[in-house]
Amino acid sequence: MSPIVKRKGERFTLPSKYLLFILTILCIFLMLLTFGTNVFNKPLNSAVGYVVVPFQQGISKAGEWLSGRSEELVQIRALLDENARLKEEVATLTEENTLLQQDKYELNELRELLELDEQYSEFEKTGARIISRDSGNWYSSFIIDKGSEDGIVEDMNVIAGGGLVGRVTATGPNWSRVTSIISDNSNVSAMTLATGDNLIVSGDLHAMTDGVISFSKLVDSKNVVVEGDKIVTSDISDKYLPNILIGYIHTINIDNNNLTKSGYITPAVDFEHLSEVLIITDLKQVVAEEEEE
Amino acid sequence: MLRKIVMALMIFISFLLESAVFCHFELANVVPKFTIILTSAFGFMRGEEDGMAIGFFSGLLCDIYFGDVLGFYALILTYIGFINGKFSRIFYPEDIKLPIALIVVSDLSYGVLCYILLFLLRGRFNFPYYFASIILPEALYTIVVTVFVYPVILKINQLLEVREKRSAQKFV
Repeated sequence: MSPIVKRKGERFTLPSKYLLFILTILCIFLMLLTFGTNVFNKPLNSAVGYVVVPFQQGISKAGEWLSGRSEELVQIRALLDENARLKEEVATLTEENTLLQQDKYELNELRELLELDEQYSEFEKTGARIISRDSGNWYSSFIIDKGSEDGIVEDMNVIAGGGLVGRVTATGPNWSRVTSIISDNSNVSAMTLATGDNLIVSGDLHAMTDGVISFSKLVDSKNVVVEGDKIVTSDISDKYLPNILIGYIHTINIDNNNLTKSGYITPAVDFEHLSEVLIITDLKQVVAEEEEE
Repeated sequence: MLRKIVMALMIFISFLLESAVFCHFELANVVPKFTIILTSAFGFMRGEEDGMAIGFFSGLLCDIYFGDVLGFYALILTYIGFINGKFSRIFYPEDIKLPIALIVVSDLSYGVLCYILLFLLRGRFNFPYYFASIILPEALYTIVVTVFVYPVILKINQLLEVREKRSAQKFV
């Protein structure tokens, strides 16, 4: 009898060490294959999309309903106070608004005179709900309930509450994966809003316990960048649209090379309590497209 | 056949539990690893083959959703299933110490492997920090969950075995 295939009744079975060997080879082959290409993405993503996502949607809705009810009970008193305060604020804001409306009217006329286009037309956005989070505890990514059928494609930027959340890194028919900027494997090219100096914002698992993420390679020879400065996505990033708020500088340190600075940024988005996000359906224009035009 | 369907369902449920349900019950920013409990439990209850099969498929599910490349988590979980399968010879259903010890060791080694492959290789050398803030809490949370989940898995397995024995006797 051969050592590989042994007879057990009528069934052929492989000894488990050979099965382990085969699975190991298969996994390594899959890793190598998917590292460079995305052959399997489409069929696999669609398959799990139809099986798993409906359940995740249901669970996340139920979970949200429960946490919503408990929060309601806690917050009613606080909300009553807030409501009174907000009413006052509305009155002052309405007044302010009318003034601003007048200004805007004037501004538009002046713009027309100058034939200036609005620098950044409003981006097209679509909302989505977070239905599950990375269970690996190492990286910070999550799954949203919209996918290629809703027109989502890879590399679309995701924002929430006015700040950058991350970008879409994988899509299925009815789900997509968003890798957030606080994830340890994410790097974003950014700049300071006031001075336009470029820097790199990288997610950091260690720093995130203090609610900050790190930045590096800030060239600031005139020493004008200070703590509290706004950091936005840069013009030169090829994945992120320009001028989306990332956060505010928390601390700055001078690097050992005395040329660049690094430090920490407080993100503008509250990543702990994220349940809905906005996806910008406009993509950053890349160089290849511009050349064709 | 019934066993295959039940196993597929269990993989599916444990993935849902860890990705969609328990993200609402995070403690110290970690989620218990249900897929490791399942892989390890079927490994020492049923042997290497079932452990590997469960590990491979639940790992693949994690890969499709959260992995950068396919096969990474599948490979780690396959090995966890295989090594736990080695202990099926000294496993007794009445004993709870061995299962808990095996599941904890599996989860710790999973954490250390993930640290080495995902973080150490990118120059994140602060192992004590990552051990204390991710690997250890995850293992502790997993033990707590195991105490409740493991009896359920054991019961399901016993029911399946009783059924299989009965149908085997019928055809003799």
